[in-house]
Amino acid sequence: MSHVPTKSVERSKIKKEIHMRYALFLGCNIPARVDQYDTSARAVLRQVGVQLKDIREFGCCGYPMRNVDQKAFLLSSAVNLALAEKAELDILALCKCCFGTLKEAEHILKEHGSLQKEVHGLLAQKGLEYTGKIQIKHFLSALYHDVGLDTLKSNITRQYKDFKIATHYGCHALRPSKITRFDDPVAPSIFDNLVEVTGAKSVDWTRKLECCGAPVLGFNDDLSMNLTQKKISSGKKSGADYLCSACPYCHLQFDTVQKMMVSKNGNDPLASVLYPQLLGLCMGMDEKALGIHMNQLDISGVTSFLEP
Amino acid sequence: MVFTAFLYASLIIFALGLIIKIWTWFSRTIGISAKRISTLERVSSAVKGILGVVFSGKILTLIKVFILDVVLQVKIFKEDFLRWVMHMLIYVGFMLLLLMHALENFISEPLFTNYYSTVNPFMFLRDLFGFMVIVGIAIAIFRRFILKVPRLKTNAMDYYAIIILAVILISGIVLEGAKITSYTEYQYMLEDYADLEDPEEITALESYWVQNFGTVSPNVQAPFEEDVLSMGKDLHEASCMDCHSAPQWAFTGYATAKIITPVALALDRAGTSTILWYIHFIACFMGLAYLPFSKMFHIFATPVSLLANAVMEKNTSDPANIATRQVMELDACMHCGTCSLRCSAASAFDVRGNDYILPSEKMTFLKTLAAGKKLSDRKLSAIQEGVYLCTNCDRCTVVCPAGINLKELWFNVRENLVQRGYPEPLVLSPFSFYRGLHRENISTEDYGRPLADANRAVAGKFEQVMDPSMPISFKDREIVELNQLPSTGTFSYCFGCQTCTTVCPVVAEYENPLQTLGLLPHQIMNCLGLGLVEMATGPRMLWDCVTCYQCQENCPQNVEVTDIFFQLKNIAANNVRKSSEENSSDLEAA
Repeated sequence: MSHVPTKSVERSKIKKEIHMRYALFLGCNIPARVDQYDTSARAVLRQVGVQLKDIREFGCCGYPMRNVDQKAFLLSSAVNLALAEKAELDILALCKCCFGTLKEAEHILKEHGSLQKEVHGLLAQKGLEYTGKIQIKHFLSALYHDVGLDTLKSNITRQYKDFKIATHYGCHALRPSKITRFDDPVAPSIFDNLVEVTGAKSVDWTRKLECCGAPVLGFNDDLSMNLTQKKISSGKKSGADYLCSACPYCHLQFDTVQKMMVSKNGNDPLASVLYPQLLGLCMGMDEKALGIHMNQLDISGVTSFLEP
Repeated sequence: MVFTAFLYASLIIFALGLIIKIWTWFSRTIGISAKRISTLERVSSAVKGILGVVFSGKILTLIKVFILDVVLQVKIFKEDFLRWVMHMLIYVGFMLLLLMHALENFISEPLFTNYYSTVNPFMFLRDLFGFMVIVGIAIAIFRRFILKVPRLKTNAMDYYAIIILAVILISGIVLEGAKITSYTEYQYMLEDYADLEDPEEITALESYWVQNFGTVSPNVQAPFEEDVLSMGKDLHEASCMDCHSAPQWAFTGYATAKIITPVALALDRAGTSTILWYIHFIACFMGLAYLPFSKMFHIFATPVSLLANAVMEKNTSDPANIATRQVMELDACMHCGTCSLRCSAASAFDVRGNDYILPSEKMTFLKTLAAGKKLSDRKLSAIQEGVYLCTNCDRCTVVCPAGINLKELWFNVRENLVQRGYPEPLVLSPFSFYRGLHRENISTEDYGRPLADANRAVAGKFEQVMDPSMPISFKDREIVELNQLPSTGTFSYCFGCQTCTTVCPVVAEYENPLQTLGLLPHQIMNCLGLGLVEMATGPRMLWDCVTCYQCQENCPQNVEVTDIFFQLKNIAANNVRKSSEENSSDLEAA
């Protein structure tokens, strides 16, 4: 044998591999409506050495059920958590609402009440068990904490120049911070750092940490779109060229819903780029592979900010 | 005579059934989209559409789909190997039996000059095909009743399909077994083909057949003398061999014959072969006549669905054709349960126990709805919940082995149901997100109606808070039972600083928030503090909450405001459900 790795090298390699393997949690919106988030996130993660496993039995996280049936929400989340636990993998969620909901369920299931007992019973009927062994991570936190900015940097081949991005953090990742533990709820920085790795400038904007409006779309469209409008106006005021999001709900709100809005009010849109699209372009990935053309609002202009 | 009469009667019923069924594809409507399109228009659009596809490049897509999805059933293969084996065994086995055995006068005989059902390879093949179907049925029974595939429901149609196939196959095999042992049958053959008169020869041939062909004779019994058998063999070779291969090749029938040998004589005297023959052909004719009205109709409708969906698209296809396709798809559904197995929202079914949350059960209901049957209020509101409790992840559409475009079906039916005026609390949740994205497909009036109905239903009474001159009544005070989840009792920490209200982006959105929202976040916490739970479940604030958690994050007292809101919304939604159930049972009682 020409090459025999030393023991310590072998061990660190194993550790890294275990560390960088997740069960990918897509949720319901991404496969049906934001496929480009799926493909671009996979491409980027593959590039930086993250392995993903698809668990076919994953279902809804329970987020939309919270308004009317807490038990249905809790069981939905618990099934997914138990499935990941069975596969002995941490969850990597692309959607912030999925992430927040799963975290909330994790928090609730730490207690021992009658509802929890019932949910554990229903899990047992399906041959599943959840003991809280696995971690739930959002795509951004995995990139920031597990992959690390240095690894990202080393994979970047072309940086952006004179490019201003307004990062949208997303409520359900940020708050309640005691439960989600995503970032500092008042002065978060993960997303900004991830954006600045690409050479783009993350601008300060007043409504950075506010709601995108998506949670009430479909039953209070005026409220929903007013909130969206305020975010867009604030983003524009800050001089941002694009919004950047990492959640299908927020993205659909800034993309599909904003398109509906501009078709009525005739405003110039402030389009949203999904973070893995932004990052992928810097890693020299194909526009098509990143689904740049799949956004409803045209974001092809992003490439013009790339350094030659 | 009876045979011919039955054959023609069942063929006529079958043909009429086909015509009626296909007519319903063009005459029935589902949901909101097809209301104003006439049957004639739909027929002509279908003809145009089909011709347009056949004489275009799309024909290649059709051929591909036909080979992969219709013949090879790749979609089922991808989903579940055991199921694919099951279905292939039944479908290939039955098709070949139909062509070679049932239609032997029309296909096998003209095609093969040496065709005899009692000569190999045909004798062996008939048993092989039958055996395939039997194994397939056994797997079906195993999956449904022993393996208990999750969320695979079995309804009357599924029972019928399994039973009719089993009766046809088992009666056929037992008939074969009975005929092998039958002395009467042997006698007929002897008279017709052997024409023996010498009693010694008769005994010899009979002995040979008892020894080698499983015939059970009242006259002779093994063991036989060598010379008798050798004489029998000569006679057999002279008269019988051309039409009879060794019966062991008909392995299912022969095995049955061996089993019934001890009672074969009694069975033969009782005319069992004739009885079984009647059972066999009556079952076949019944299956044929009832086919268009049963689950078995999917053998026609499913290929049509697969092919149609391969070349149709929501935005470019003629709406008349989409309307027709959606009715046809109901017949294409074979209630296999793949959609329910893969349904994202299935955990909600486990909790709420409403069958209609499962897509496969919604399909069953849609058949009833499309047939124009009247449904009770209670059922309609259960269905409404089931149809609305859908995350629109489109997985059912992706996995459906019949290629049914379920997502479009749901959208269409959902709109129809929510317009009927039963308030549905689910419309006030992110389940409406998808509807919001597609509001351009719905008229403004129709879009708003279900929302207004639901908002009215969840709205409570809190006028007393709105009017400062009115004293608050504590008449309806309840013991607060919110502590199902951790720390939802945290409202008691509230000291009234109003931070929650100050940071709320929804409150900030309105010029006169109190008027629009009913109660503001801190007031809701106050209500709970005073034990006024009913009042706290009533304000619009709860449903306008964007769940951004600003209030909860910023509360200096760690009151979990947003999570308490969720609890209150649950209570309000349950109240709506309860009162509509009471109303409907009142109506039913009246």
